[in-house]
Amino acid sequence: MKRWCLALCLALAPPGAAPAEEEAERLGDAARGAEIFGQCSGCHEIGPGARHRIGPHLNEIFGRRAGALEAFPYSKGMNRAFADGLVWDYARLDAYLENPRALVSGTRMSFRGLKDAQDRHDVLAYLRDFTASPRDIPEAAPTALPREVDLPPEVLAIIGDADYGEYLASECLTCHRQDGSDAGIPSITRWPVEDFVVAMHAYKRKLRPHPVMQMMAGRLSDEEIAALAAYFEKLE
Amino acid sequence: MRWNRRAFIGTGAAAAATLSAPMLRAQGRPRVVVVGGGAGGATAARYLAKDSDGAIDVTLVEPTRSYYTCFFSNLYIGGFRTLDSIAHSYATLASGYGINVVHDWATGIDRDARTVRLAGGVSLPYDRLVLSPGIDFVEGAVPGWDLSAQDVMPHAYKAGTQTALLKAQIEAMPEGGTYVMVAPPNPYRCPPGPYERISMVAHVLSQTNPSAKILIADPKPGFSKQALFEEGWGRHYSGMIERLGPDFGGGNVRVDPDSMEVDIDGELVKADVVNVIPAQKAGHICDTAGLTEGNWAPVDGHSMVSRLDPDIHILGDATAQGDMPKSGFSANSQAKVAAMAIRGALTGSRVFPAKYSNTCWSLIAPEDGVKVGAAYEPTEEKIASVSSFVSQTGEDAALRKATYEESLGWYEGITADMFG
Repeated sequence: MKRWCLALCLALAPPGAAPAEEEAERLGDAARGAEIFGQCSGCHEIGPGARHRIGPHLNEIFGRRAGALEAFPYSKGMNRAFADGLVWDYARLDAYLENPRALVSGTRMSFRGLKDAQDRHDVLAYLRDFTASPRDIPEAAPTALPREVDLPPEVLAIIGDADYGEYLASECLTCHRQDGSDAGIPSITRWPVEDFVVAMHAYKRKLRPHPVMQMMAGRLSDEEIAALAAYFEKLE
Repeated sequence: MRWNRRAFIGTGAAAAATLSAPMLRAQGRPRVVVVGGGAGGATAARYLAKDSDGAIDVTLVEPTRSYYTCFFSNLYIGGFRTLDSIAHSYATLASGYGINVVHDWATGIDRDARTVRLAGGVSLPYDRLVLSPGIDFVEGAVPGWDLSAQDVMPHAYKAGTQTALLKAQIEAMPEGGTYVMVAPPNPYRCPPGPYERISMVAHVLSQTNPSAKILIADPKPGFSKQALFEEGWGRHYSGMIERLGPDFGGGNVRVDPDSMEVDIDGELVKADVVNVIPAQKAGHICDTAGLTEGNWAPVDGHSMVSRLDPDIHILGDATAQGDMPKSGFSANSQAKVAAMAIRGALTGSRVFPAKYSNTCWSLIAPEDGVKVGAAYEPTEEKIASVSSFVSQTGEDAALRKATYEESLGWYEGITADMFG
């Protein structure tokens, strides 16, 4: 299946474009990625004739807008990512594979994530083989440094000051409902601390696309994010 | 669950013994009076009562029993909201938070005695006073117009009966009639507000009276989200809206409420609806209390305390604070900083560095929402913008729809944050 696609990619590639194989080699080891993809294949199909299953098919994933395939019932979270304009480029796929819920809150992809960066490189190299239009990939992007959503253990270990979090949270509660309602604006109460912290850092690093949240998270220190996570975890 | 007065009272006789301690302390409770029950005042009163766990005696003075939010009043004009849906009562602040809600006008402040005089004759003593009086209009700002003309040429810039009057006038316009807006000079409440209103009027007219015309006489060379509004007007309401900026005499306007004529730089326009939004200043009480410099009340951005009286904090549209726009969101954000600072001063609770933010959503047409916002921090001189964003022209329909839905969520969020 892979060989078939590779041949197709080469056939479709415009003259002068780097062959997919070369890009893939620079990304990682596609053959190893194919093995790792075994963890994904219970839900996702890829290759000729791939159909939606529990998850959407993954052909042409690079450069595609998140949540954009017809006839797949995306989660509310993924539909919101679509509306916000999330596009699956290398950095965002890498972040999503590492921790799906960090990038897209409420995604139905119940996968704990690939914590090893090389595993993700390799899987992305494999997925890259099934995207036939290199023009959708920014020049140099495939080898550009992927943004890390990986947080140093010391950041994750910060014990949040919930009193400070309560003050900081007053700014969140202008929009997010204290009662946890999620009409129009997501609920942020009762999240596990780590999910909250990782999500805020994903906004801070502009991996998540929403401009208000990028701004709000952008000026929060590691301690302030921990303080908010500690406060909202307990808010009933 | 935090300590909450309703639960406390509900414990009844079993708790009578433990009640005596807080009752004793209550006699010496510091008193905060909050004047004005809008986005600044209601939020400040709620946070002071909620976070001090009853240690502060909070009185909220607000003349109206039903408060109509200025934000989303344009959506009522456009037919996207009912008037009832933007009305809020103070019942929860009184019953759920133990705030003394007094429906009366505050007519004056004795800063030496630290009392607020009410129109009903009562004087309220305070340890700290919070003023959030909103705006009043500069007299003589639009020649020919004064408050006695507001029933003919409404401003609709304080929500409620004025908004309902303007909506009724728009709906009664003759076929092919003319709506004129006299737009205000900077600074004024809700920078995108007049232009969102134009969008909503155009939406109504395009449905019911498509040959009608909209004319804006504007003293400002540019305005908030201008590129977004102009793009949207071209797309949704092509040919209906004309704006005369200052280079076309938009700043040289006189109105005649008797003849319903508007003189724009010597050119007479016969109008069916004239929406006059005059130049603005801090709510009158700031002036009478000697808390203004020019038209506005200067405050220190670290705690929103008046630069002219250390016992008085001033919030929202009435203030001169720096870079924040005069908006309900800003007033709500400022109220939380002030409440924290006042609690710290009166009860010794922890005080954290002030942070502020603002986002203004505007609706251009059905499901075509845009937004602008910024984050702010205080310096010695002012509240300064530290980062900002604005919607982009050419955004697709899904993003604009999500932005509109986000604004609906925000409305529910901020009104719950104000009124409990």
